[in-house]
Amino acid sequence: MADEPLVLGIETSCDETGVGVVRGHTLLADALASSVDEHARFGGVVPEVASRAHLEAIVPTMRRALDEAGVTLADVDAIAVTAGPGLAGALLVGVAAAKGYAVAAEKPIYGVNHLAAHVAVDRLEHGPLPEPAIALLVSGGHSSLLLVDDLAGGVQPLGATIDDAAGEAFDKVARLLGLPFPGGPPIDRAAREGEPDAIGFPRGLTAPKDLAAHRFDFSFSGLKTAVARWVEARERAGEPVPVPDVAASFQEAVCDVLTAKAIDACRAHGIGTLVIGGGVAANSRLRALAEDRCAKHGITVRVPRPKLCTDNGAMVAALGSHLVAAGVAPSRLDLPADSAMPLTVVSV
Amino acid sequence: MLVLVLDSATPAVTAAVVEVGEPGVGDPGVVVRAGRSAVDARAHGELLAPQVDSVLREIGARPRDLAAIVAGLGPGPFTGLRVGLVTAAGMGQALDIPTYGVCSLDALGWSAARVNGPGRAAPGKVLAATDARRREIYWAVYADRVRVTEPQVGRPVDVAAAVARMGVLSAIGEGAHKYAAVLPLALLDEPRYPTAEALAALAAERVRAGRPGERLTPLYLRRPDAVAAAGRKPVLQA
Ligand SMILES: [Zn+2]
Repeated sequence: MADEPLVLGIETSCDETGVGVVRGHTLLADALASSVDEHARFGGVVPEVASRAHLEAIVPTMRRALDEAGVTLADVDAIAVTAGPGLAGALLVGVAAAKGYAVAAEKPIYGVNHLAAHVAVDRLEHGPLPEPAIALLVSGGHSSLLLVDDLAGGVQPLGATIDDAAGEAFDKVARLLGLPFPGGPPIDRAAREGEPDAIGFPRGLTAPKDLAAHRFDFSFSGLKTAVARWVEARERAGEPVPVPDVAASFQEAVCDVLTAKAIDACRAHGIGTLVIGGGVAANSRLRALAEDRCAKHGITVRVPRPKLCTDNGAMVAALGSHLVAAGVAPSRLDLPADSAMPLTVVSV
Repeated sequence: MLVLVLDSATPAVTAAVVEVGEPGVGDPGVVVRAGRSAVDARAHGELLAPQVDSVLREIGARPRDLAAIVAGLGPGPFTGLRVGLVTAAGMGQALDIPTYGVCSLDALGWSAARVNGPGRAAPGKVLAATDARRREIYWAVYADRVRVTEPQVGRPVDVAAAVARMGVLSAIGEGAHKYAAVLPLALLDEPRYPTAEALAALAAERVRAGRPGERLTPLYLRRPDAVAAAGRKPVLQA
């Protein structure tokens, strides 16, 4: 519908420069430039390298998004930008760019929460989100369980990782196995040839004593160490490392804990919808296991297509359009980039 | 022609609307209509856009009245420097107007020549220096507004030795003030930071000629701090 808000979204919180255009619930454009290759040789994202890449990519990415959507900046109703959480210097490039576009085109600006945007993007795929819903957000930078009462007003954190993010564990285990960075896709591929129950890796924070204090929290550091110990023992014994089995068993341990805790959160709060987002949501085993287990408990699971799960501008535009439609006031022009933006703040 | 001037290469963040007209004798033909400058190295991202909004409002202009944007390219500390450049680039794209870059040290060199006029401070070569943090300065040497060295980053003690060899007598800029004890030069009191007038004057010829816009490439002068992740370390052998 033409009277739904047309919103442009800018995302620069990590290593992806994203510009998306959304009208209401409809995705019109999703342009992306990634600096992932520049980080590969460091085995992780280098903040200054990411910031430099955002500055170079923002104008061409904006041009592609506008062309793809067939709109001009004059047509949009608002500009949304990730204000946090994320890498401080990277966020600042996107926020400053968004302000430049907003001032020049005389449009309102919305500084939004990256994690809430990961939830909002599912509206583009599956329509309006039933509220309340439980959201599981898993990526290289975050691993959180959220209770989404009102996406425009506030998101309540239920639990998060107490050490490594889920995606970080994939990166570190990939490095152990001699697989490239980022580790998610190669582990997913290798795991298809392996047995998920070949090695019994630990499930962090699932023992009864841990559940008392950390029912909805995650821990992946012990798992990573267990994989390292197992691989090293093999190498010391001069035996070959069965990469597919290690990958499959590690991946199973991660996905088992993520889905079990997400379903526990749904049941504890009597909620029938689970949304999964973040780069790790692109993992094929996580998607399959979530669908399987949710079906058993009568929970509807919503996972956007992989391209919308990883960081992108469309998710920011999707949240922006939701905020405009909900009548939320825009941000001030002096809005800061906040690398530690709390989850309870959806827009600043 | 109304031109927006931005610079965020130093602790000062500056926005101004400048009228660029025809130059007269000894007059660069630029007049600052409205300007804002604030010194807060940590808040460039918060301060700049409201400054732009406010200088336009002050003279009753709309963004679409701008004919070009001039931005200081640094050198400068990276995070703050990028704020000005990405704001300029975004506005230039949104308004479909050209953007022009000026080395921020050149603006200080330009100002030094002005205050160095008859009866003022010492003539001759001038060091322009800004604070590069980590006990270093960004610097370049000017002879009557013309830069005679490439912009560089270095320790004040090394810069002192280099400029002594070049016969530099005076210095301008916050970096020179901060390390005055190490740099044996006559200090020009003001300006401490690149001014909008100087930046506009240095781009005025391009603005007037309607030259094609330039990509605003920052003068970083330093590589990113990027430590390659070490090869796999045995987790067990702590
Ligand atoms: Zn993310």
